[in-house]
Amino acid sequence: MSTETKTRIRKTRKRNPRLRPLPMRDGQVEGYVHSIETFGAVDGPGIRFVAFMQGCNMRCKFCHNPDTWKKNVGDKMTSDEVLNQALSYKDFWGDKGGITLSGGEILLQIEFATELFTKCHKLGISTCLDTCGQPFTRREPWFSQFNKLLDVTDIVLLDIKHINSAEHRKLTGYPNENILDLARYLSDIGKPMWVRQVLIPTITDNPKFLTETSDFVKTLHNVEKFEVLPYHTMGVHKYAEMGVKYRLDGIEPPSDEHVARAQRLLHCADYQGYRDWQPGDSTLEKPVS
Amino acid sequence: MMNTVDETQTSAWSGFKKGQWQTEIDIRDFIEKNFVPYDGDESFLEGPTDATTTLNDKLTDLKMKQRKVGVLDADTKVVSTITSHGPGYLDKDLEKIVGLQTDKPLKRSLMPQGGIRMAVDALETNGYKIDPEVEYFYSKVQKTHNEGVFDAYDADIRHARHNKILTGLPDAYGRGRIVADFPRIALYGIDRLIAGKQEDLDLTGDGEMTSDVIEQREHISDQIKALKDMKEMAKSYGCDISKPATNAQEAIQWLYFGYLAAIKTQNGAAMSIGRIDTFVDIFIARDLERGVLNEKEAQELVDQFTMKLRMVFFMRTPEYNSLFTGDPIWATLSLAGTGLDGRHHVTKTAYRFLNTLHNMGAAPEPNITLLWSDNLPTPFKRYASSVSIESSTIQYENDDLMKRQWGTDYYGIACCVSAQPVDSGVQFFGARANLAKTVLYALNEGRDELTGQQVGPELKKMSSEYIDYDEFMGKLDKMMDWLADVYVNALNIIHYMHDKYYYESAQLALKNTKLDYTFATGLSGLSVAADSISAIKYGHVKAIRNEDGLTVGFKADKDYPRYGNNDDRADEIVVWLVKQMYQKMNTHHLYKDAQLSTSALTITSNVVYGKNTGATPNGRELGEPFAPGANPAYGADISGALASLLSVAKIPYKYATDGISNTFAVTPTTLGKVEDEQEDTLVNMIDGYMKNSGHHINVNVFKRETLIDAQKHPEQYPTLTIRVSGYCVYFADLTKEQQDDVISRTFHTSM
Ligand code: SF4
Repeated sequence: MSTETKTRIRKTRKRNPRLRPLPMRDGQVEGYVHSIETFGAVDGPGIRFVAFMQGCNMRCKFCHNPDTWKKNVGDKMTSDEVLNQALSYKDFWGDKGGITLSGGEILLQIEFATELFTKCHKLGISTCLDTCGQPFTRREPWFSQFNKLLDVTDIVLLDIKHINSAEHRKLTGYPNENILDLARYLSDIGKPMWVRQVLIPTITDNPKFLTETSDFVKTLHNVEKFEVLPYHTMGVHKYAEMGVKYRLDGIEPPSDEHVARAQRLLHCADYQGYRDWQPGDSTLEKPVS
Repeated sequence: MMNTVDETQTSAWSGFKKGQWQTEIDIRDFIEKNFVPYDGDESFLEGPTDATTTLNDKLTDLKMKQRKVGVLDADTKVVSTITSHGPGYLDKDLEKIVGLQTDKPLKRSLMPQGGIRMAVDALETNGYKIDPEVEYFYSKVQKTHNEGVFDAYDADIRHARHNKILTGLPDAYGRGRIVADFPRIALYGIDRLIAGKQEDLDLTGDGEMTSDVIEQREHISDQIKALKDMKEMAKSYGCDISKPATNAQEAIQWLYFGYLAAIKTQNGAAMSIGRIDTFVDIFIARDLERGVLNEKEAQELVDQFTMKLRMVFFMRTPEYNSLFTGDPIWATLSLAGTGLDGRHHVTKTAYRFLNTLHNMGAAPEPNITLLWSDNLPTPFKRYASSVSIESSTIQYENDDLMKRQWGTDYYGIACCVSAQPVDSGVQFFGARANLAKTVLYALNEGRDELTGQQVGPELKKMSSEYIDYDEFMGKLDKMMDWLADVYVNALNIIHYMHDKYYYESAQLALKNTKLDYTFATGLSGLSVAADSISAIKYGHVKAIRNEDGLTVGFKADKDYPRYGNNDDRADEIVVWLVKQMYQKMNTHHLYKDAQLSTSALTITSNVVYGKNTGATPNGRELGEPFAPGANPAYGADISGALASLLSVAKIPYKYATDGISNTFAVTPTTLGKVEDEQEDTLVNMIDGYMKNSGHHINVNVFKRETLIDAQKHPEQYPTLTIRVSGYCVYFADLTKEQQDDVISRTFHTSM
């Protein structure tokens, strides 16, 4: 590990988490939007309007959206602006779809997320948070703000990049303890969650690690769905455009069979709660399977 | 005459609920009183019988042979009529539903009434020679539709046609687009229908014999002759259709004889089968209840009937094929929908028709059209989606919208996407006018940008190199006025002559005598024209001209809004174009006082239209294909699939009642990771589109790579079907250009 990474980790550990002050307009918090997908069918339940937000601390080697890394750039939009744009698509949402906030890392703009989701809930729109969990901490004032956000969040999508913290650090620049802790916390409070394991041949596909992941996820009580996200190379061209070195050159996307094997090891098929999930559900009332 | 229920009717109708349908010819009433909506799922469905599979293999074999040689066999001497051919079979012992267009499967018939030149050319280009006597007869003795039309065309129309601002006009072939009420034969038998028409004849012309009355009397007499011929033709297959059908097999067979009469006499652009699913279901349900039929046998009837619809072909010329590739005949089959009383019309038979795609594999015909409503039961919506995901063979149309517009729930889709009341509606098909070219005519003083000929009115030259928006719009308005004139005039002539020389007596015998006509027009190059106008308005566009002063290219200095991004600035232009053209055409006298309708629907002709149109201000190069139907221009819709759908949904159906066709392609993984998610997504997507008043959507689910591979190795994808604007086609039957066009279209994907 380079000294640079070390210092950064130490810093984040030491400092109390600050809430990043976001700009304001029209009495609303402004968010930095990277891009919008009106037809998101794989970013949470149903068809969803997905706002990909700018900014991420991690530097995952496989990241296919390195253009979302930078903070405080992109389109500045108020929560009303995002909401109004989303609302023109509400007829497509059915009873499960709605709005997803993704990134980048959405939790770096937590006040914006809270404001937008609060408005969504007033209108009965289902909300989904797609996060890598890196900013999570139980320290204040961050934790209280996060709980406010969870109050207006129907479901969380959480990526597990690697179960082993040291390996996780190699892959993303950050350890994973707080990310697994986030999973545990969400389980404890009964917040429905989809877990996604990124499958990168030679890096995250080791059966030992996959079994460990499986064992960990088994201890959670809120997992409605467990997916494998196969590594792909569709974002590689962005690295060249940004003049950043791509570090996974030579690794090919896993074959279908490879993915199926991982799914078996992870027991993905055991998690079928998503089929009858409805917005507003809590996993606390459900019998633990 | 008093219509009383006689004995044969009493026994044929036993078990049915009584109603007005017994004394009046009224299929809608019969359906309404007798059908039972089905809310369940597809688990009751059965696979094919051995007989079906054997027949289907034979047919597939013949089709593959046909693909190699173009045409398997063709009549060169016998002019097709209802009774011109003896019975023909695929395999007599195995067929539950019988009847072929000619006396041999896939043998094409000879129909010179639309135009003898077309018939001669079609034969010749396929290596056949027409019998000299037939040629002589239709050149010198008996006038054809085509000859009549050209006798009446004026110079203006000829110019417009020659320069391809009007293309595909039905002036040398049948206009098609009549959905006959085929179930009438099954429910009433031919004798009762003849009696009804005789009564109408007696009541026509009780007074003065004016030309319209005389024409009407002649037409009813022709209809009666057609009905008599149908009886005779059915008899050659050993069936007596003078009386009502007594069971499901007869009901399907009887109505199919009606369809057969239609395709034996008309090579119409579209020969729709209409909306028969609930009707057939009533007969099947009665047989099932009586214990004389089981589910497997019921499915067999539906399979084999559908197989017959897959066997219809007409003799076409290469020019025709370039417009409508893959030998389509639009045996459009409308399924499901809802009633005015709010009940949905999903029956087990709607499922059975979709199941034919599993039992016999995907095929372009019949053109399966699902009449979609918010009220359809979820299991059915999901099943249809699963079939779409598997085979890309279904188009969806907005039942709620069409019911409201047409004021009836007994309408069927005639042709590709156009609705028509089954008992009393007739559509005069009118191909389309090229709006992108119209924009160019406005910029080129009414000269054609490719030929340089003065086609439209001679306008003053544009005053500067950079196009001034107001100046341009003034000229465009004049050009659209002219286009409306010349287009409507051409169509008035065509339909007059079609009625005179190529009257559809068989199909119209199976409709009410008193009819409501719609006068269908069509617009092509809509998105190209709209984006071009937007470019001129917002993009500061410069025209590049050749030495003759004709535009050869354009350059926009600034970016500008484009249709397809749910951006009102551009979408409003599309709406404006449709409404303007409608209003301009509507100031004209329309043949038979028909109601004007227009469409944004191109079939595969978007490629040919594009080929014949110069570079346009939206940056499209000379010869580049237009987007199909109402689709946004290629590459213009960059805000995601739903934004694109919402843009198209803004075109008001009330002007374009002939159809607003949207051809949509999406990769399976964009819809979801697992099958049931994909089905859900598709259901929600179609629901959302229809709730926003979208009229029609072709759903294609596949990967671009599949198409590229299929282009390279057609032998590995013999039955890969895709939906193009308004119909379905084997990918392998498209020309290379059209395949490239489909491959280069917008595929909605997400990372
Ligand atoms: S957390 Fe997500 S956005 Fe951030 S680097 Fe990793 S993959 Fe990219």
